[in-house]
Amino acid sequence: MSILVIAEHNNESIKPATLVAVAAAQAIGGDIEILVAGADCAAAAEAAAKIGGVSKVRVADNAAYGHSLAENIADLVVSIGAEYSHILAVTTTSGKNFMPRVAALLDVAQISDISLVVSADTFERPIYAGNAIATVQSSDAIKVITVRGTAYDAVSAEGGSASIEALDTVKDAGLSTWVQDEIAQMDRPELTAASIIISGGRGMQNGDNFKLLESVADKLGAAIGASRAAVDAGFAPNDMQVGQTGKIVAPDLYIAVGISGAIQHLAGMKDSKVIVAINKDADAPIFQVADYGLVADLFNAVPEFDALIG
Amino acid sequence: MKVLVTAKRVVDYNVSIRVLSDNSGVDLNNVKMSVNPFDEIAIEEAVRLKEAGKVEEVIVLSIGTSASQEQIRTCLALGADRGILIETDVEVQPLAIAKCIKAIIDKEQPGLIITGKQAIDGDNSQTGQMVAALAGLAQATFASKIELNEDTATVTREIDGGLEVITVKLPAVVTTDLRLNEPRYASLPNIMKAKKKPVEVLTPEDLGIDVTPRVKTLKVTPPAERKAGIIVETVETLVDKLKNEAKVIS
Repeated sequence: MSILVIAEHNNESIKPATLVAVAAAQAIGGDIEILVAGADCAAAAEAAAKIGGVSKVRVADNAAYGHSLAENIADLVVSIGAEYSHILAVTTTSGKNFMPRVAALLDVAQISDISLVVSADTFERPIYAGNAIATVQSSDAIKVITVRGTAYDAVSAEGGSASIEALDTVKDAGLSTWVQDEIAQMDRPELTAASIIISGGRGMQNGDNFKLLESVADKLGAAIGASRAAVDAGFAPNDMQVGQTGKIVAPDLYIAVGISGAIQHLAGMKDSKVIVAINKDADAPIFQVADYGLVADLFNAVPEFDALIG
Repeated sequence: MKVLVTAKRVVDYNVSIRVLSDNSGVDLNNVKMSVNPFDEIAIEEAVRLKEAGKVEEVIVLSIGTSASQEQIRTCLALGADRGILIETDVEVQPLAIAKCIKAIIDKEQPGLIITGKQAIDGDNSQTGQMVAALAGLAQATFASKIELNEDTATVTREIDGGLEVITVKLPAVVTTDLRLNEPRYASLPNIMKAKKKPVEVLTPEDLGIDVTPRVKTLKVTPPAERKAGIIVETVETLVDKLKNEAKVIS
């Protein structure tokens, strides 16, 4: 069996989530190749070649792939798809964008967001916002799969020595054009890559109060998240949202502050290794998943916490 | 131009689902069913485009059992002009659904297709992209803003870390994210009017589409539960536990 993992990268380096997809590929078992499609992405390809357990990196370096437009990336993947038994990407907004297109063009089903490889054709995946786990078996010749970013521990980004092969195929469907990105510049780690996350909910009362969390985050090297209630109330921007409809995270430590723990939110963070809940409502559902619960007014507890870790 | 919008019948988002004890699936007996919330956003967007005079007709399409008529009527009450139901008792999966939608695109020739970014039952997030692929159209997924131009649409997409703006050639498939709009509630007069709007019923066989599932569900189980934690009395204890017991901060 030969497995293709499609790398998520910024042309310079490989995003850590890719290492999770490689880990899932190892669990399936077989020869693992990585596709790096981008524009001026030689550095990313070299980084991919160092990933442990990878035999070959295929690089499609062309302006057509610069912004990961789904039509172009899908056509590229489909052009080499028949060489593989499995095609894997990570469940990110990018993977979710082009992978179903790949599957449809290959006339196969896609298995979305797997959380476990049971065997080469059988996988576990969460459904109903993580309130049930389905074990599914695919009968298609090529398995097109997206892997949940928290499904496996990342493989090592170093130690490999894969060969690098250029793919000259240029697929430019000309159907869509990138205009611009509006990406918030942050000094803190990305939510999906952070080992510690501190999140605020409706209990924060307003956006200004998130400053309380910022101070703690800076001391711990943590990312800051928010519940959907906090985002909907305008306390925090959308890209900070942790939950079923936001980011799915599983850091070593997740600190939920003023978050009641709606199903929606729990679906996005309950795989965290250690969960701390600070909430003044002792009946809040978040305490049912917390390893350490503190029933307290966050406006007293967070500054005190901040001072003690300092 | 026409807009084609899809609507899936799913368990209402407020319902706490229960896994059946024989692990064959999720209990759907006597459970409140609704239009998939992301599809509701799709309907709302289409109706707003019509109200703004940018489109002439909004067609709502559902694929499922005859009970899906109920969700089509809901969408008609929200402002869609007519409905199409592709009726089947088979558990239709995204690829089969996409083939059905593609067949309706061929027939109706819409200028824009709007679908929810995912259905909240299977959480697949595949249908819109697959439709675009099969129909050879551009796609703009996870949209938080749609602007229609002459023969293109400018769409703001919610991506990891922020937003991306792209333009797509029309016809195109757009999938909706949460912040695209806030759907309205249907008024009683509109609910009454919706009963008189036409709904065409077809079958996958009529369209020559094989909807046999490609993926078999072997079992459905409840998620693993976290073991109960402890309540600490003071912030000091909490910090001590994190440092010395859990060893997650230093």
